[in-house]
Amino acid sequence: MEEKWEPTIIAFVCNWCTYAGADLAGTSRFKYAPNVRVIKTPCTGRIDPMFVLSALERGADGVIISGCHPNDCHYNEGNFNARRKYIMFRALLTQLGVDLDRVTFAWCSASEGIKFAGLVNEVTEKIKKMGPYTEFKQLNQDAR
Amino acid sequence: MARIGVFVCWCGSNIAETVDVKRAAETIAKIPGVVYSVDYKYMCSDPGQDMVKNAIKEHKLTGVVVASCSPRMHEKTFRKAAQEAGLNPYMLEMANIREHCSWVHDNKEEGTLKAIDLIRMMVEKVKRNKPLQNIKIPVTKKALVIGGGVTGIQAALDIAAGGVPVILLEREPSIGGHMSMLDETFPTLDCSQCILTPKMVEVAQNPLVTIMTYSELEKLDGFIGNFKATIKKKARHVVVEECTGCGTCWTKCPTKVKSEFEQGLGIRKAIYIPFPQAIPSRPVIDEANCLKFTQDRCGICAKICPKQCIHYDDKEEFIEIDVGSVVVATGYDLMPTSAFGEYGYGKYPDVVTSLQFERMVCASGPTLGDLQRPSDKKKPKTVVFIQCVGSRDPEHHKAYCSKICCMYTAKQTMLYRHKVHDGNAYVFYIDIRSNGKNYEEFLRRAQEEDRAQYIRGRVSMVYQDGPDLVVEGADTLSNAQVKIRADLVVLATAMVSPKGVKELAQKLGIGYDQHGFLTEAHPKLRPVESATAGIFLAGCAISPRDIPDSVSEASGAASKVLGLLSKSELEKEGVVASVRECSCTGCQNCIRVCPFTAISLKDIRDRAGNLIRQVANVNPGLCTGCGTCTPTCPSRSIDLQGFTDEEIFAEINAMAELH
Repeated sequence: MEEKWEPTIIAFVCNWCTYAGADLAGTSRFKYAPNVRVIKTPCTGRIDPMFVLSALERGADGVIISGCHPNDCHYNEGNFNARRKYIMFRALLTQLGVDLDRVTFAWCSASEGIKFAGLVNEVTEKIKKMGPYTEFKQLNQDAR
Repeated sequence: MARIGVFVCWCGSNIAETVDVKRAAETIAKIPGVVYSVDYKYMCSDPGQDMVKNAIKEHKLTGVVVASCSPRMHEKTFRKAAQEAGLNPYMLEMANIREHCSWVHDNKEEGTLKAIDLIRMMVEKVKRNKPLQNIKIPVTKKALVIGGGVTGIQAALDIAAGGVPVILLEREPSIGGHMSMLDETFPTLDCSQCILTPKMVEVAQNPLVTIMTYSELEKLDGFIGNFKATIKKKARHVVVEECTGCGTCWTKCPTKVKSEFEQGLGIRKAIYIPFPQAIPSRPVIDEANCLKFTQDRCGICAKICPKQCIHYDDKEEFIEIDVGSVVVATGYDLMPTSAFGEYGYGKYPDVVTSLQFERMVCASGPTLGDLQRPSDKKKPKTVVFIQCVGSRDPEHHKAYCSKICCMYTAKQTMLYRHKVHDGNAYVFYIDIRSNGKNYEEFLRRAQEEDRAQYIRGRVSMVYQDGPDLVVEGADTLSNAQVKIRADLVVLATAMVSPKGVKELAQKLGIGYDQHGFLTEAHPKLRPVESATAGIFLAGCAISPRDIPDSVSEASGAASKVLGLLSKSELEKEGVVASVRECSCTGCQNCIRVCPFTAISLKDIRDRAGNLIRQVANVNPGLCTGCGTCTPTCPSRSIDLQGFTDEEIFAEINAMAELH
């Protein structure tokens, strides 16, 4: 029963930059940790903080939010909205007792396949050291 | 109950090498709602697509997941196949198990587990997907071109050549723009008027082009294909349709005003046409200077007009026009010369701008081409041209290069030497930029045949000494101080965005940079489009450029307009926001964050017509489906179709199944 624990990481990415960057990592065959599950949204502006909380509650040990660099947004300003929201959200996370290291916000352009691969590896390593995230999950199960 | 079909692709060995596709398909088959799950070597091949189509029909599938490459690659292919089989294309999703899985992982067990997860997430999403319809937008087949310079004229001509009616809007009394002020143009030295005026006549005579001069855009509502432009026609006080342009009025007018067209070097009257070849060749009354308006006397022009077409009580008019597309070709201004105290502009009459110099040498200019310096009408024997005045000067003025000054200065030295054969032309420059067809050769001609003397360095100051000007500067090549006694100094002042362009950009909802130049949708790949669909850009409105570039951009923008207006309906993806009106509180958060002003308030009224409340309302024509509005809604009343909260939470929840 000594199964080695592997973290689960959910990445919320925008369609135009990070999703394409992840595609580029694929076409360039940059290997990275298999722990990440990408959820595509049109724009980082679409990413609701509730998605992150829900992911943590549903069993993710770490979350990545990633989109176009400032001024590169396909929709001009969606990523600025996302950044503003994230800054507020961090304060909320602290209050909720979630270690901020569990949620990583990073810009990654469509040409940064190597950056995406590096980001996933870095976050995976970080979460591995932190261990599984159980608090919200536990709450969820207790409630059932 | 959802009936989902899953199609797992091998992609030859691209996927199958790292993902056990059989096992994936079998595992997925166990998910509730999945009624069909297969693997196949090449899903994108014709037989693969047929498998999808047949399964949709045979198993009455309500949703499909194709697990293969990136949706950027084949989403269109498979959605089309689904549609052919009678399934709404938005009920098909792709799980990216190649770029995001098999190509980036080595371990087959890990790869397989991840692939199963990715497919499972998409299955859960597609179960909740709703059929969407592409949005069809009707198109008004008419275009508006803002700016009647050479760029706008060319754009209007090209659009009209495609059979589309155009309105050419110009705020000055005549079309023609800056090009009509130039003498001869580089690198061919053909006379600007000789090549421009035929185009002006052509555009004026084109039955599809409506020229509106002395008019400005007041407001632009609507969206791509369906703009409503409100145009302000300033009070001209002359009935254009009846006036014959005989000129009796302006010959008799007693008020003399410095002519804008002549750059202040010549005079015009208070009722005037800006230049003899003006189109329309109908005068306007300049209210700020006309005695009738300033002191309520005179009135001679109305008395002597043989057609009785001068009306002092003429008021500005607002006209609404429906257009499908807009081209912005608002051109440029020269930097206000008051900024250059060190060069003595405004203080010494013989320090002029390059545009003034054009008028001084032009055969239609105030001296009819006889070059005289402004102070004492003397023929200047030594002329100093100073380049980069305000350009390439990030500390004080503009950091950018104005692009055309190197070439027009070379041209002006030639024009000068052709008028004054024994004259000396000196040019102070930083670098010479002559990168255009025949430009370098032209520059050589100026230096070698016409003996323009180029001095590399900046001018530190210009001052008056007796009747002469003294120009002091540095020659950085020989590392020496230079002092030149000159009769005339010509400043190649920076090109800047024209007055009012920011306000115009705000009316149009398009972007501009810190200099007031309009921003392209993409600087390389979409150079004539603005970020707002249906609004195109051309010429110096974007950044400094020369006539050939401006004209080609005008044609580029025109082709974009014609491409857009060639359809009777536009079709766009059904991924747009929609509002649940029953729970919307009208807080306007979504309105504030929408980058495309696609959301507005809508009145909800009872049967008696009384306003009950206001709710958000999305214009699907303007909505680009970014979804920024959705997370800002406190009552979760606005949702992005195709990426709804329910769909994304389903993807997240699919993760829970794993643990």
